[in-house]
Amino acid sequence: MTSPLLQVRDLKVHFQVRAGGIFFGTYLPLKAVDGLSFDLSAGETLGIVGESGCGKSTLGRAILQLLPATSGTVAWLGKDLTALDRAELKAHRRHMQIVFQDPLASLDPRMTAGDIIAEPLRNFETGLSSAAIKAKVREMMEQVGLLPSMVNRYPHEFSGGQCQRIGIARAMILKPKLVVCDEPVSALDVSIRAQVINLLMDFQRALNISMLFISHDLSVVRHISRRVMVLYLGRVMELADRDAIYGKPRHPYTQALILAVPIPDPDKERAKPRVLVAGDLPSPLDPPSGCVFRTRCPRATEICARAVPVLESAGVGHEVACHHWRD
Amino acid sequence: MNGINPSAPAAAAEIAAELSGRSLWQDAWRRLLANRAAVAGMIILSAIALASVIGPFLLPWSYDAIDWEHIEALPPEFATGHYLGTDSLGRDLLARTLFGGRISLMVGLLATTAALLIGVTVGAVAGFVGGRTDQLLMRFVDLMYSVPLTFFVIILMVVFGRNFALMFLAIGAVEWLTMARIVRGQTLTLRNKEFIEAARASGGSTANIIVRHILPNVLGVVMIYVTLTIPQVILLESFLSFLGLGIQEPMTSWGMLINDGAAELEINPRTLIIPAAFMTTTLFCLNFLGDGLRDALDPKDR
Amino acid sequence: MSASVLDLRNLSVRFTTPDGDVAAVSELSLSVGKGECLGIVGESGSGKSQTFLAAMGLLAHNGHAVGEAIFGGVNLVAADESTLNGLRGDKLAMIFQDPMTSLTPHMKVGHQLTEVLVRHRNLKSTAARDRAIAMLRRVQIPEPERRFEMYPHELSGGLRQRVMIAMALLCGPELIIADEPTTALDVTIQAQILDLIRRAKEELGTAVILITHDLGVVAGMADRVAVMYAGRIVELGDVHQIFNAPQHPYTKGLLACTPRLDDATASALVTIPGQPPNLQRLPKGCAYHPRCQNVMDRCRAEKPPLMSAGGGGLKACFLENFGRFQAGAVVP
Repeated sequence: MTSPLLQVRDLKVHFQVRAGGIFFGTYLPLKAVDGLSFDLSAGETLGIVGESGCGKSTLGRAILQLLPATSGTVAWLGKDLTALDRAELKAHRRHMQIVFQDPLASLDPRMTAGDIIAEPLRNFETGLSSAAIKAKVREMMEQVGLLPSMVNRYPHEFSGGQCQRIGIARAMILKPKLVVCDEPVSALDVSIRAQVINLLMDFQRALNISMLFISHDLSVVRHISRRVMVLYLGRVMELADRDAIYGKPRHPYTQALILAVPIPDPDKERAKPRVLVAGDLPSPLDPPSGCVFRTRCPRATEICARAVPVLESAGVGHEVACHHWRD
Repeated sequence: MNGINPSAPAAAAEIAAELSGRSLWQDAWRRLLANRAAVAGMIILSAIALASVIGPFLLPWSYDAIDWEHIEALPPEFATGHYLGTDSLGRDLLARTLFGGRISLMVGLLATTAALLIGVTVGAVAGFVGGRTDQLLMRFVDLMYSVPLTFFVIILMVVFGRNFALMFLAIGAVEWLTMARIVRGQTLTLRNKEFIEAARASGGSTANIIVRHILPNVLGVVMIYVTLTIPQVILLESFLSFLGLGIQEPMTSWGMLINDGAAELEINPRTLIIPAAFMTTTLFCLNFLGDGLRDALDPKDR
Repeated sequence: MSASVLDLRNLSVRFTTPDGDVAAVSELSLSVGKGECLGIVGESGSGKSQTFLAAMGLLAHNGHAVGEAIFGGVNLVAADESTLNGLRGDKLAMIFQDPMTSLTPHMKVGHQLTEVLVRHRNLKSTAARDRAIAMLRRVQIPEPERRFEMYPHELSGGLRQRVMIAMALLCGPELIIADEPTTALDVTIQAQILDLIRRAKEELGTAVILITHDLGVVAGMADRVAVMYAGRIVELGDVHQIFNAPQHPYTKGLLACTPRLDDATASALVTIPGQPPNLQRLPKGCAYHPRCQNVMDRCRAEKPPLMSAGGGGLKACFLENFGRFQAGAVVP
């Protein structure tokens, strides 16, 4: 394999959360991301799935340096981003962009669509004339399927799907090398979802973008990703190629997750074994000892409470963090 | 990249004809114009402001000229030019009221502008930068809050002597505190919005983000607060003048006139009623306008 | 089918807004049988929630409903507030997407549960407490006695939704209207909640109206499915028929553009072009025609009424023998 574009090593993002007490509250560490390592090569799409509180959004922001990492490294072409100063970081930002979940909230309500899309250009290509910027914005609007004549409209005048197209245009206008998509289609209607997924995939192929596709929707992730990483309470449970994850999941959490997804086919859906994961997600402030999934795991034994499972290889490019994956 | 345009939105075609969009400001303006009380407020307010600014030039009597022959003249005296009569010193009441309005409105505007500039800057920086800067600025605000206003004004008087400009300073120094708190609160909620994160991801610097994204978005709230601050300042000025800490004779303001009028309420109630009517009308209009703005800019409506 | 529990007849819902009236639901007729689970599928603005909020008398203040919603011989649309209050929470229960907004934040969960029993069943508070705790146990809330004393914000999203279901089931309702009950929940929790609703239906014989945008949820739960678009039903039928042989182009499009876990082709997803309609500017004729691949001249001029689609189903589409168009016709 060629040398990876992005190398994340033992990345930790912890927050201090105030707990209890009116005057002398104590602070508890919330381990949103707790020791993640993975590589991303050029033109690859890595899907990141997990339930709420698994740290998937925090991970995306920490990679883009929108949140400070507590420890660990995020290496971009071999250069550690966490060690850069502000000016150096800004120079790198033009290669890394993000598409957000809430299409309307991610657009400044006081700016026109054209200004929003042009913002990265104004920040990075200061030499461009305003006519050149205008031309680029129009071209971009056409590419994302918006009418260029809508350039002077404001976000509230667009539908959710159109707003997301504006967000994508803004992210793609600098032709970035890495795009973090944080639940880009979760807030959209079903019929719009497919349009936006296709748009993202078209860009990914055309510009050979590396993509981190963060989602709780396993069906969408399956469609768009080449590899998939399953997170639970800030830790990697399983990381493998798409077909391995969906075809031969090794981790009990991955298996449960896949079974829980409803399939839009009454025959298949009703024939499915009804195995439910018991209980609720534990509080991330007070994660279980050992394996974080053990409190809900059907295979948990005494060792799971004692030792944190390390990622083991379960095949080519297939890693599992479970004491019992061989069973 | 021909494949990238999978579906030009068909529904968009129908609205393609309208080239320019309607900004939130234009929307708000439309809503404001639909609000009758606010529009009436704006009209009356402009009339009073206009009269205060150019009125004194047009009247036959100056605000400090004493007409010994017509003391306590009853209105209307068209022959002498005392349209609203004179006060106990024979000064023209209309001229004094209009001139007083000039001073009151000026104090209101200037002190509010001062409060606006300081308050918005401090609030936006504290809210957006956060951390220690925020702590430091906000504790200073708390400290200033705890100083009683009259005490503060008296100290200023003692140190600098009585001075017209001191008035702005004293009032501005008090009014910006609330503005700073409001703007900081707004900025804190804005800071966590995704579009601010998007701006950072697009390479915007802190100053750039504050100017381009934070300020335009807090402006609505700030404008509402400004329309409510001006009457407060006018009241504050009259309060200080009433205590003898404000404007000095023969200069005057609405507050001073009301003070004088109150003294001769039993003999000559006009001297109280006329400036009081001007001032209350102005305050009413400003409050209606503020309410109208709040309704027009309220995001809940959108 | 057995006798119906809820009968909607020509139900319309309008909203008055500063920019003019909006017809959210137009002349909708529908019935739900005893013990049946009816899935209502649609995108935002399809009117799927407003239809049943109107039936429950819970429309926003600027909303206005006309038509009939017959439940137990009472027309809910015309009923006064006290009649509605007597039915809601008793024979007619509702579960919302966000349980936090439907539970009172400053009242203990237990109190909110017992209140329902005291109001509708005239139970003494100790008896109500026992019933409520038994119900919490039934919806598989761990340590029900402890949760009983908690405030809503102390519970996780999944537990709150369980509390809502417990509250809905307390009086043994004939009909539960579940409006996107699992949309805010994680997949594993969603599976648990759906299982609960399914068991309530099977064990208690409660009819369920399941409003959702998620086709997968409907596939697993519903007996019959109604697909809504722009305030109207475009297709109504048995769940197998809807999924295996959809008769309306919109239904077919929705199914085709949903990424599926059980089948991943690397190729582009099939899409429905365009946007969901703006209710204030509905196109003439069939509301779906600007996005429809099989549009005919007639569709632009006339609104298709609901007509038989074979197999007991109904469709609102002029196309005949839609089967002919099945293969590849919707591919862009």
